[in-house]
Amino acid sequence: MAMEITQILLNAQAVDGGVRKHAEDNLKQFQGQNLPSFLLSLAVELANDEKPVESRKLAGLILKNTLDAKEQHRKYELVQRWLALEVAVKAQIKACLMKALSSPANDARSTASQVIAKVAGIELPLKHWPELVGTLLSNIHQLPAHTKQATLETLGYICEEVSADAVDQDHVNKILTAVVQGMNSSEASNDVRLAATRALYNALGFAQANFSNDTERDYIMRVACEATLSPEVKIRQAAFECFVAISSTYYEKLAPYIQDIFNITAKAVKEDEEPVALQAIEFWSSICDEEIDILEGYGADSSADSDIPCFYFIKQALPVLVPMLLETLLKQEEDQDQDEGAWNIAMAGGTCLGLVAQTVGDEIVPLVMPFIEGNIARPDWRQREAATYAFGSILEGPSPEKLVPIVRIALNFMLTALIKDPSNHVKDTTAWTLGRMFEFLHDSTLDSPIITPSNCQEIITVLMQSMKDVPNVAEKACGALYFLARGYEDMDPSASPLIPYFQDILQALYAVTHREDAGESRLQTAAYETLNEVVRCSTDETSPLVIQLVPHIMTELHQTLDGQKLSSDEREKKNELQGLLCGCLQVIVQKLGSSEATKYVFLQCADQMMSLFLRVFSSKSATAHEEAMLAIGALAYAVGSSFDKYMPEFYRYLESGLQNFDDYQVCTITVGVVGDLCRALEDKIFPYCDGIMTQLLKDLSSNQLHRSVKAPIFSCFGDIALAIGENFDKYLIYAMPALQSAAELSSHTLGAVDDMTDYTNSLRNGVLEAYSGIFQGFKGSPKTQLLVPYAPHVLQFLDSIYAAKDMDDMVMKTAIGVLGDLADTLGFSAAPLIQNSISSKEFLRECLSADDSMIKESAEWAKMAIDRAISF
Amino acid sequence: MAPSDHRRPYKRPAISDQQRRRDHSLLRQAQNRLDAQQRARCLASSILSLENPETDSVPDLDSTTGQEQSEVPPKEFDVRQASKLRGVEARRWFARQLMLPEWMIDVPDRLSRDWYVFARPAGKRCFVVSSNGATVSRLRNGSILHRFPSALPSGSRSRDASGTSQSYSIMDCIFHEPDQTYYVIDILCWRGYSLYDCSAEFRFFWLNSKLAESGACGPPSQYHRYRFSLIPVYNCDHNGLSAAYMGAVPYVKDGLLFYNKEAKYQTGNTPLALVWKDENCSQYVIDTDNQGNIPIQQQEHKISIDCLSKERDKMRSIYLPNSDILSLYIWNANRMKWVVLELQDDGKLNTSDDPPVAFGCLDSDFVHKSGLHSGNLLRFSIGDNGLSFMEERLDKADLCYIGKSNRARAFADSYSKIVFQHMVRHSPLKMDDFLSSITSSDDQENQLNDIEMTG
Repeated sequence: MAMEITQILLNAQAVDGGVRKHAEDNLKQFQGQNLPSFLLSLAVELANDEKPVESRKLAGLILKNTLDAKEQHRKYELVQRWLALEVAVKAQIKACLMKALSSPANDARSTASQVIAKVAGIELPLKHWPELVGTLLSNIHQLPAHTKQATLETLGYICEEVSADAVDQDHVNKILTAVVQGMNSSEASNDVRLAATRALYNALGFAQANFSNDTERDYIMRVACEATLSPEVKIRQAAFECFVAISSTYYEKLAPYIQDIFNITAKAVKEDEEPVALQAIEFWSSICDEEIDILEGYGADSSADSDIPCFYFIKQALPVLVPMLLETLLKQEEDQDQDEGAWNIAMAGGTCLGLVAQTVGDEIVPLVMPFIEGNIARPDWRQREAATYAFGSILEGPSPEKLVPIVRIALNFMLTALIKDPSNHVKDTTAWTLGRMFEFLHDSTLDSPIITPSNCQEIITVLMQSMKDVPNVAEKACGALYFLARGYEDMDPSASPLIPYFQDILQALYAVTHREDAGESRLQTAAYETLNEVVRCSTDETSPLVIQLVPHIMTELHQTLDGQKLSSDEREKKNELQGLLCGCLQVIVQKLGSSEATKYVFLQCADQMMSLFLRVFSSKSATAHEEAMLAIGALAYAVGSSFDKYMPEFYRYLESGLQNFDDYQVCTITVGVVGDLCRALEDKIFPYCDGIMTQLLKDLSSNQLHRSVKAPIFSCFGDIALAIGENFDKYLIYAMPALQSAAELSSHTLGAVDDMTDYTNSLRNGVLEAYSGIFQGFKGSPKTQLLVPYAPHVLQFLDSIYAAKDMDDMVMKTAIGVLGDLADTLGFSAAPLIQNSISSKEFLRECLSADDSMIKESAEWAKMAIDRAISF
Repeated sequence: MAPSDHRRPYKRPAISDQQRRRDHSLLRQAQNRLDAQQRARCLASSILSLENPETDSVPDLDSTTGQEQSEVPPKEFDVRQASKLRGVEARRWFARQLMLPEWMIDVPDRLSRDWYVFARPAGKRCFVVSSNGATVSRLRNGSILHRFPSALPSGSRSRDASGTSQSYSIMDCIFHEPDQTYYVIDILCWRGYSLYDCSAEFRFFWLNSKLAESGACGPPSQYHRYRFSLIPVYNCDHNGLSAAYMGAVPYVKDGLLFYNKEAKYQTGNTPLALVWKDENCSQYVIDTDNQGNIPIQQQEHKISIDCLSKERDKMRSIYLPNSDILSLYIWNANRMKWVVLELQDDGKLNTSDDPPVAFGCLDSDFVHKSGLHSGNLLRFSIGDNGLSFMEERLDKADLCYIGKSNRARAFADSYSKIVFQHMVRHSPLKMDDFLSSITSSDDQENQLNDIEMTG
């Protein structure tokens, strides 16, 4: 077999499909028959300098894919499989990989680097490959240069692959020393220097200790600065990427260097090639991100995690930073607005300017105004566009007091430009800027509104006219209208100034969705989203117009369901449109369903609507499924218990939604819809509960399903129990153990990382909501006694999460509510248990004096229930 | 594995509408779950309170100790059920939801220890319900006073909940016209949590802590059309009484309200909440007509009616003075007063009390001739012979029929109101009576304490 593998690997890359298929089958067969031998053959192939580079490269890639996968559960399986291999086989494979690092063939070296990093990712945390780093470091001092380059690349990949605590500090020091030496200007080979610079980028996360040491940090920073002066553009770019990473990882260490960094970034922005200049700007954007975060922390007055002080780098650099960024705005590319993937220095500069405005607020305004005034009326479109873009960029951050007077003056100018400016580019940016004005400064609660009865009509007229412009301009005009409508969402709807224009606006938006070129520039999406927002803002007075819209949208949806043969591109467009139409119907259903009067009218077409939604499930698009499912949830909520009649037909889609592990978003939403159904149907959902519960329990036990779905499933148990009451008894023996094990798992935070705390809390909340629903569902039934055996565990769970001291407010509120539910339902029989629990004492007391009113109310309720239970 | 080419969103809003739709759905589901949970919790407590089957049934005539029945908590106020009612039905239903204080015709025992006192604002008694993004106030007869946005929970449309919330709050208020303010005198439900079963002490505590938090006490704004305000509630001791009686308040006073600290919120007439007035703290001590004039008798038909002696048993002892003062009150018809009573099937004329007190009987001929029906509310003036009492109980009432009552009225007068009005005109209960009652009970307590301390 080893003899043949080269040919098979080459055949697997053949142009001829038949040959390729055959070779792939052979590989699969080989792998299936003898995995160790298969892996070893691949490693040998990769290491053999006499083999063609194509077969070596593919061998390496296949090897890499046997070690890692995107899906968590698959990854876990692969790791276990590797660990189960015989040590001798693994040692042989590893030896081959190390050998390949010295290959003269670049592709072989580079592939080997990646495979080594994957093996290291598995083995280093388990201390299975202790000699790896030492061996690699000894390579550094060897010639030829290409080995050194591959070794540095490998070290970089390893740093990316493993977490910092898997490598001891001694090795970290040596890795960093090797990397920084490789970056040094004395290094003759550009390839080595580039590999070292890129490796530093990945190794930065390991360098906490080194960055705390002044001498070492100075050295690293100096070498990185020198690398920005390299004659090789890729090295300069990589060096600036390092600065971007340093800005977020070591923000608090930057003070001594910030002046120098400003000088080199300013030079790069002015003079260097675009890829380098983009990274130089990104450095400042990243500093803005950091300072915005820190200042938000200050604002929130949370002393806990604001241990990093703000150094106000942006504020200090403002007088030089702003002119530098304004310069970049004039470097636009023609037609960049029509190109979805465009990213250039003008775009990056404007984006950074926007972040600077968010960081410093009012102070930026006087620095930008002269630029706007000096350029806004110039004959060169670049100047007009740059001025407009600058204006739009600074609208988020400064106070309304500062901006509103300026916006008042600018508004008329912008409205004229949107119609009259000869440049599409200027019109695009103008419409976007109007949108930003409405997004940040138009709010019906502001004292001095920018939209008044005297200019409202003109604004709407201009936007509607602009919606007939070229697609990219029309899209931005829709966006502006979206924010205009949203600004009125909060006000007394009957006083909305939109009422007189409501019909015209709906018609204009509807017309946009029918434009032949609506598929360009996200125009169609923008039009439907704006339509949604306008519907959300409708009033009793305008709801008849929304009702008239319903049959039109339904017809549109119907048309997308016609079974013609389509190219895959066309099908994708159809699916996208189905998603938008279902989304629109969902918003309409939610809106009209919220008032008794309108609900009655639109419910007359509930049958047709439901049958359309069901047909959407025959498409293959996850997005369309998700939107249809959301719409059905909204419909069930509006229809109430008579939704029953759709259940026989809908049920199978519900079940397949619950089985959709691949598109877990669909699964999550379907779980949510089960909750909607429970509340709509109440005990009428009982006949479907066997199937639903079976599916939900399967979901819970699957390691293929994304973990974020599990907490909602627990909550869903609660919904079901509340709906079917004591009939839930037959599921207790399945549901309770699942809840108990999740409760045990989540008693303590599942890891140190922040998002694990969030996940732990979401899991707790799900479990608690389940308990709450079950206790309340059984209330007053003779079967209540069935719950008594579970009470100690529930109380223990409450006690342990209280002891863990890391629950969030939501969990606290739900938890103390469960204490009340338990007392309320079990009453006297649980009184001794309750009185012995910590929860009924310290925890309850803490909740009673909580600042959060929701927690306090839950606690007061729990106190009442407990008092009642123990006073029996 | 090279660092990714860092791009930032360009000319794109931070949140897509699709994400908003998803978020809105999740929010709606979470809110609905919360509502379902709270409904279950409320339902649970209402089941508990309905365990006593007597709540709605006619009281046993042989029972002389109505006391226990008055302790039975009322049926849960389910505003969602009620919101399905329309027109007259709705008015009638809502009309039964307020707790109606009896008029104080004697001083309760242990006033200083068991009772609160506060100055009642002059104005329209109503209850205020906030739910589903709107707030509605209804008068005692069930008709709507205002529909408005407020800062109460779910009292106005808020940005994110988009009216999906069904949690509701209910408050017992007096709308005070001069400063356009709702003065909250009691709280029934807060964010779906029922407070019916809670003691007045707890309800006042809750009210004090929640109302200000909600922002409802803030000045009016677009989303909060009327200001809500708390009323200072005092322990009914010497200082408290004086403060309530004489203290300055931002509203026009209309008498004092006394609440028993342990009393649950009970709909209808209750002796555990009492109202008392005199000229110093109210301009409406004596019943007046719409123009503020004391009505002049328009005699149409005069019948004198004897109280049936067996009816006496129905009168709960708590209505009646514990002294012999009342027996001195013999009505001399030197002042006029209307009494509104409800006509029964058998011609009896009942008060609105539960159980009702019969003030007499109309003969069936008269009922037919006048086109009256059972359930009609009829107005009477009290004739020359007035009311007479025997052994602390109403014995005789000299009633003169005037006509049907104004249609806006939902109830007959209560026994205590009739007697209070009667007393006001003859031998009113005075502030001094309260103060002396407190002093004497204080003395008793002091004595008791002395004994305990030396014992």
